[in-house]
Amino acid sequence: MIQFEKFSLNNGLRVIVHTDKSTPMAVVNVIYDVGSRDEDPAKTGFAHLFEHLMFGGSINIPEYDEPLQKAGGENNAFTSNDVTNYYCQLPAENIETAFWLESDRMLSLAFSKKSLEVQRKVVCEEFKEHYINKPYGDVWHKMRELAFTTHPYRWMTIGKELKHVEDATLEDVKAFFFKHYRPCNAVLVVAGNISTERAKELAEKWFGPIPAGDAYLRNLPQEPAQTAARKATVKANVPLDALYKCWHIYSRTDKKYYVVDLITEILSGGGSSRLYQSLVKEQKLFSNIECYHLGSTDAGLLTIEGKLVKGVTMEAAEAAIEAEIKKLQATGISERELEKVKNKTESMMAFEDMSVMNRAASLAMYELLGDADLINKELDRYRAVTATELMEECNIIFNENNSNTLYYYANN
Amino acid sequence: MINRTQAPEIKDAVSFNLQLKPCETFTLDNGVPVYAVNAGAEEVLQIELVFYAGNHFEKQKAVASATNALLKNGTSTKSAFELNEHFEYYGAYCNRACYNETAVVSLSTLSKHLSALIPVVKEMITDSVFAEEELDTFKQNSKQRLAVNVKKSDFIAGRLIDSYVFGDDHPYGKYSNEEDIDALNRVALQDFFNTYYVKGNLVIFVSGKLPNDLAQQLNAVFGKLPLQAMKDKIAYFPVSPATTKKYFIQNDADGVQGAIRLARQFPNRHHPDFMKVMVLNTVFGGYFGSRLMSNIREDKGYTYGIHSFVQNHLQESAWMISTEAGKDVCTATTEEVYREMKLLRETLIDEEELLLVRNYLMGTILGDLDGPFQIMGRWKNIVLNGLTADYFYDSIETIKNISAEELRELAKKYLEPDQFYELIVI
Repeated sequence: MIQFEKFSLNNGLRVIVHTDKSTPMAVVNVIYDVGSRDEDPAKTGFAHLFEHLMFGGSINIPEYDEPLQKAGGENNAFTSNDVTNYYCQLPAENIETAFWLESDRMLSLAFSKKSLEVQRKVVCEEFKEHYINKPYGDVWHKMRELAFTTHPYRWMTIGKELKHVEDATLEDVKAFFFKHYRPCNAVLVVAGNISTERAKELAEKWFGPIPAGDAYLRNLPQEPAQTAARKATVKANVPLDALYKCWHIYSRTDKKYYVVDLITEILSGGGSSRLYQSLVKEQKLFSNIECYHLGSTDAGLLTIEGKLVKGVTMEAAEAAIEAEIKKLQATGISERELEKVKNKTESMMAFEDMSVMNRAASLAMYELLGDADLINKELDRYRAVTATELMEECNIIFNENNSNTLYYYANN
Repeated sequence: MINRTQAPEIKDAVSFNLQLKPCETFTLDNGVPVYAVNAGAEEVLQIELVFYAGNHFEKQKAVASATNALLKNGTSTKSAFELNEHFEYYGAYCNRACYNETAVVSLSTLSKHLSALIPVVKEMITDSVFAEEELDTFKQNSKQRLAVNVKKSDFIAGRLIDSYVFGDDHPYGKYSNEEDIDALNRVALQDFFNTYYVKGNLVIFVSGKLPNDLAQQLNAVFGKLPLQAMKDKIAYFPVSPATTKKYFIQNDADGVQGAIRLARQFPNRHHPDFMKVMVLNTVFGGYFGSRLMSNIREDKGYTYGIHSFVQNHLQESAWMISTEAGKDVCTATTEEVYREMKLLRETLIDEEELLLVRNYLMGTILGDLDGPFQIMGRWKNIVLNGLTADYFYDSIETIKNISAEELRELAKKYLEPDQFYELIVI
């Protein structure tokens, strides 16, 4: 059970305090309710580029990192399709430094031209490092475009193309900031060795005076239900053929999310999972196989991907995946197999909760999803999933008309 | 109105009195030493069996890592599937890892399941069978993985730079190619297993929420086996560094970035300069605010990240700079790295920057000591390197007291460009 207190400031900033006196550290985590799904289709990659700019100095503080490091702290941030999260951890005695820094960049950035110029280049190098200069690096770029016709999940967080990042202007940056980086679009989590009273006092002092801004009303184009299978073929300079299949699933807040999550565990959650045992070990068709989903806020995708053993045809590989799915659809799973994936989920959560930084980030994410207390309800929701539900869900999701397949062939 | 230009008061982390939580030690009946840290709020624990079975001990390439990887692929009574299913049913993770001197079998589990799981770990380390079919699948999949990896410039660069510094026969410098994987056979694995696991030298580290009868449980399962403590010093393996210092490799005709590695030999943790250089390295390229990051990423935008670090080896080490930079700015990047070296050799680090680095390091250590696994990580490093807790406390004193003059002297001694191997792989 993770204890916390929750309150809001007058400007709409939601604050969650999770006290843990067993650690000498404190964490300040600020999550903004903006991700790459909120971008203009002609200016993709912006939410992530913006994350970089958040370290380029704020209105009253020329340097973000330096004072934090001086206070013995460390920090980082990430951007996803759904959210942008900033976190720092420092010795609890020095926590006010984090309040000072985070509140100033919520108040306003410095909007430095130099910072924009440099970070455009840095992000382009990041783009190259992860998505161009790696074999199979463009898979998600292609798969998102195949699987989504309408929803902004059809582009990656890094951006659709380098050019979008290269073309970003300071005007774009300012507009984005004042649209999304307002207190009413954010959640502040304070965790670790700090009392609720002290956290409240500091939150009021540093974040209280920031103007509320206008709430951002998200109104994204929704993905229509897919009605026919989609397939695409790629040929590239890679050493092995690979197969990627995706099916549309549910949003993060749908109760069927837990069923789907357990399905991925059944299929590839370890050395005794079905796809690994059957397709890698017994039939030797794939050298690796994975089934996963990204836990996206809006309805996302369940993916099965693997690299084919040399000499195996794409048809044979695909047929074998389909056969495993059919088996699951027809005969379901045993109570013991269900118990196994639930136990695994339980221990995974226990390990994740060991770190105060993880707990802070989870609380922030759950609060954006609607209720920080989800952190304490998750396990029961997994426990409640039945074998019957799981089998039914397999029959709904793994429908040919709901599938997107990318055949990734090695040249020559 | 608050004055936002004024930073809040901070307590300098250098004034912190950092303590490494002590580690209990005891010995099993067969002499195997156990180190235990009982801490943490969650009902979880981690047990690591560290065998002296790393690639230093193999006579044929890739045998140590293959033996280690296949420990979970079948015993005389359980198939690979059954072993995996057993651990997974209890929500536990049983992992293997092979390093240069050591090879590890680790178990992470909810504390309540320990007694159901360690007998199966025992089976793996005493009764693995290395079936032909399992080995064949392993070889095939390893080769496929390698085929993908050799397309990556960072992978190629990582292998080559180690081979330049240590020599390609040295445990720290050698790497496997497809033909080495092809040459693996059951007999070699079985031999290695019998010598280095079944009758091997072992040390055990346990951390987390520990049961009261931990010593009895471990002794009952592992204490009667023909294992022992590592008594001999590991034989010194002489390095044979390459004579050529500069390399350029074109690995991918379509590459848009170069993987850059600069490295020089460096002594191990017993050398008096080691802990001092950890401070100098932090200034140079060891954290986000480092000289290399500030210049090459935050000012020039040549790369997404650039880091320097000292490799964590027992015998010999290397001081390395690593980055991926745009194809057109690779040379400019190495020039900037050398410029930063020169600056450290010639100009004293000012007190403000030095205090920042001291505070940063102290704060990071404080954060790193948060949690039982992290505390054990520190102890493991101390024990495996043949050091004592003094090493931890001396490092803290070094961070607090090292002077700018000493750091400049170290830079003069170690940060000379002609001492470095330079490699760019595109």
